Amino acid sequence: MSAPIHIQPGETFTLNVGPQHPATHGVLRVKLEMDGEYIVHAETVLGYIHRMHELMGENRTYPQVLPNLSRLDYLGALGYTHGHVLAVERASGIEVPERAEYIRAITVEMNRIASHLFWFGAFVMDLGGFTPLMYAIQDREYILDILERVTGSRLTYCYYRFGGLYNDIDDEFIPATKAFIPRMRESLKKYDALVTGNIILQKRLKDIGPLSKELCRKYGATGPVARGSGIDFDVRKNEPYSVYPEFDFDIPVYHECDSFARYKVRMDEMEQSLRIIEQGLEKLPDGPIMPAKKPKLIKPPAGDYYQAVETARGSFGIRIVSDGGKNAYRFKLRSPTYSNMHLFDEACEGMLIMDALALMGSLDLVIPEIDR
Amino acid sequence: MSLTVLNAIIAVVIAIGFAALNAAYLVWAERRGAGRIQRRPGPNVNGPLGLLQPLADGAKLMTKQLMIPGGADKALFMVAPVLAMAPAIMSFVTIPFSDVIVAKSMDVGVLMIFAFASLGSMSILFAGWSSRNKYGVMASVRAVSQAISYEVPMLITVITIVMMTGSMNLHDLAVSQAGGFWHWNIIPSLASPLMPVSFLIFFICSLAETNRAPFDLGEAESELVAGFHTEYGSMGFGLFFMGEYANIVIGASLITILFLGGWGCPFGLFPSVFWFLLKIYLLIATFIWIRWTFPRTTIYGLLNLSWKILIPISLFNLLLTAGLLKVF
Amino acid sequence: MIKDTIKKALQELFPVPEPVVAETPPTEAAEGEETKAKKTVKEGPRVNGVIERDYNACGYHLDAQVDPGELLAAVLILDKAGFFIESITGVDWIKEDQLEVIYDFSRYDFDLCRVVIRTRTPRTAPKVPTISKIFSGANWHERETHDFFGIKFEGHPHLIPLLLPEDADFHPLLKDFKP
Repeated sequence: MSAPIHIQPGETFTLNVGPQHPATHGVLRVKLEMDGEYIVHAETVLGYIHRMHELMGENRTYPQVLPNLSRLDYLGALGYTHGHVLAVERASGIEVPERAEYIRAITVEMNRIASHLFWFGAFVMDLGGFTPLMYAIQDREYILDILERVTGSRLTYCYYRFGGLYNDIDDEFIPATKAFIPRMRESLKKYDALVTGNIILQKRLKDIGPLSKELCRKYGATGPVARGSGIDFDVRKNEPYSVYPEFDFDIPVYHECDSFARYKVRMDEMEQSLRIIEQGLEKLPDGPIMPAKKPKLIKPPAGDYYQAVETARGSFGIRIVSDGGKNAYRFKLRSPTYSNMHLFDEACEGMLIMDALALMGSLDLVIPEIDR
Repeated sequence: MSLTVLNAIIAVVIAIGFAALNAAYLVWAERRGAGRIQRRPGPNVNGPLGLLQPLADGAKLMTKQLMIPGGADKALFMVAPVLAMAPAIMSFVTIPFSDVIVAKSMDVGVLMIFAFASLGSMSILFAGWSSRNKYGVMASVRAVSQAISYEVPMLITVITIVMMTGSMNLHDLAVSQAGGFWHWNIIPSLASPLMPVSFLIFFICSLAETNRAPFDLGEAESELVAGFHTEYGSMGFGLFFMGEYANIVIGASLITILFLGGWGCPFGLFPSVFWFLLKIYLLIATFIWIRWTFPRTTIYGLLNLSWKILIPISLFNLLLTAGLLKVF
Repeated sequence: MIKDTIKKALQELFPVPEPVVAETPPTEAAEGEETKAKKTVKEGPRVNGVIERDYNACGYHLDAQVDPGELLAAVLILDKAGFFIESITGVDWIKEDQLEVIYDFSRYDFDLCRVVIRTRTPRTAPKVPTISKIFSGANWHERETHDFFGIKFEGHPHLIPLLLPEDADFHPLLKDFKP
């Protein structure tokens, strides 16, 4: 990529990428002001799938909102419901049995792998390689099958309850997961050989779409986007919650700040999630999955509670302002891709449209989660 | 006189038939091949092995309404798909499938094919420009700059071969390589030690010229929606599609004739049309394989590859071969 | 600990005439509010100041309430200390006829410190200065808060609806909003 040419005033044109465009993976619109293939200015237009989950959170009781959380991010739904139950448990002081927390961690990590797999396939498809998507979806299918057995659904899970889980894992969960782990490791090696080492892919990603540390901080980017820019930030480590302190896992951080670094972070994260699942299955204690004592009606005391969790896309925060009633007084969802997408406007200026869309793909966007 | 006209008509009809049949069944082969590569069945419902799928596709495309977007340049918009298909068919006229099966053997056959191939990029330009779509314009500009960049190394490579053979007649070019694979142009000889490299250059250029992945920037669906044929539906799109596949057949035929000994058997026995078809379909299978394996390049990566790598190497090869031909 | 330095820096913002005397009562009141939440609903709006919260109970460490005029100074302190912006949101306290804007900040390093900055503005003409000049990422968060609560962020470069339709003239998260 060479330096952009000097733009003559009045010689630019507006290109609408979206709301229906193959690269945006959903209904997102980016208004690009283009000079030939160079982007002069970008403005993201959101709201095409805005459903006002925050108002629904105020109009419904806490348990009634539970299913809403899984409609935020259809690829990594468990992480979001985890955030919600943790926030309400923190607010109303419900103790969670250890077994339930372990099962939560295991299922969340499986969901994270599924989400990263889908991102991997879709991202390479953005770059014009269609085949890896099919491989990734096949591996994802194993996870969905395992999760379907315990949670009852394949995409929009509503498995966690305040204080525990909807039901315990069955006999087949552990053997199926144990069989899945080595298979997934094999697949990761295959992806490495098929995709990561490919020279065309490396040429398209290396040194493309640089996001500096400072840019990430100013926009509040989290998750793999921040970790690809050399920021060692993962809520699971920095602000440990649930049973994550019990696990031995690493946070992959790359300092190149380019799209390839973000790609590598996600690929490495899958391996780390496999490690967590492995350890979780080993340490899984026996016991109940729901606390013996649990308030019949969830009514957190008045106050302002915040809970952050690490989802597949970054730090998901949930703020509950309670006035002591059975509905939340204010129910704020801080979605990670909202912040991650925001920096696209600034980062893509002066880039070629091809590279900019590769950058957009590397942000791992899920539009319903941005719009909420 | 009338016999010549009749001959020509029959030749063109056969060429159209061959091109259309090939286009239809290459789509099927592509989809089946992609299915195999991606661990899924591919089309398998219509007929045995899904062999009737192309007919269903054709019927679907032909019965659709031909839409012309408002504000489009109507004349160019209608001409473009025809222009995509016609040169491809014309090129078939001079391609020798075997020693005897050729519609019209021309002394400047190579030149004619390249002349018609250049018309193909005109059709892309027309299509993108006339459909009044920004994606279309961007795609067509890309495709044309790509076509220009890749015609240069391709032609330089062809000149090298023409120099060695001393003829631009495709028939002569094939005959000169008769008698076993060690006579083929791809095998380096004393006078042309860089021939495998030339073959590689020519192969890459044919991928780029036919707008195949990983060089399918003109229809890069992840950024330009569908590229130059975004606004085309029904048979307009169908013609682009058929033209693309016909071009692939021509590219494979050219590679076969220029480098792989045309219709000659690898062991010097029974030269026939069978070998020719086997070779071009093997090459096409390679095209398909490459398409479903690699991601797409960038436009600057593509132009850099041509101007900074392929053209210098092919020029060097040209000079080297010229010098060595003088010596030996 | 970054928490203490930030706390000290934020406390300096408040032009309290006699710091030693004025500082302690709000802190006690707030801690009381936290532990015996039901009892301390009585009093009206909170006094401006910095409160150290119990992280396990509510999920953040420092809770500062400032006037809209001091907001920029408080945010600048956090910016200089290397915080990143998590989110901005509003709360409609309709009984007190006030709108609250809540700014969440956190850190990338392992010196965990979540800071919440609150500011209150009257419901009738809600106005808060924009912080998008300091944190560019506040741009969308402020637009979203404007969408939902109708709070004007003064100096915001592009305060048009983001999540709501372009012509939206309603603010759905206000408690008196009727769809």
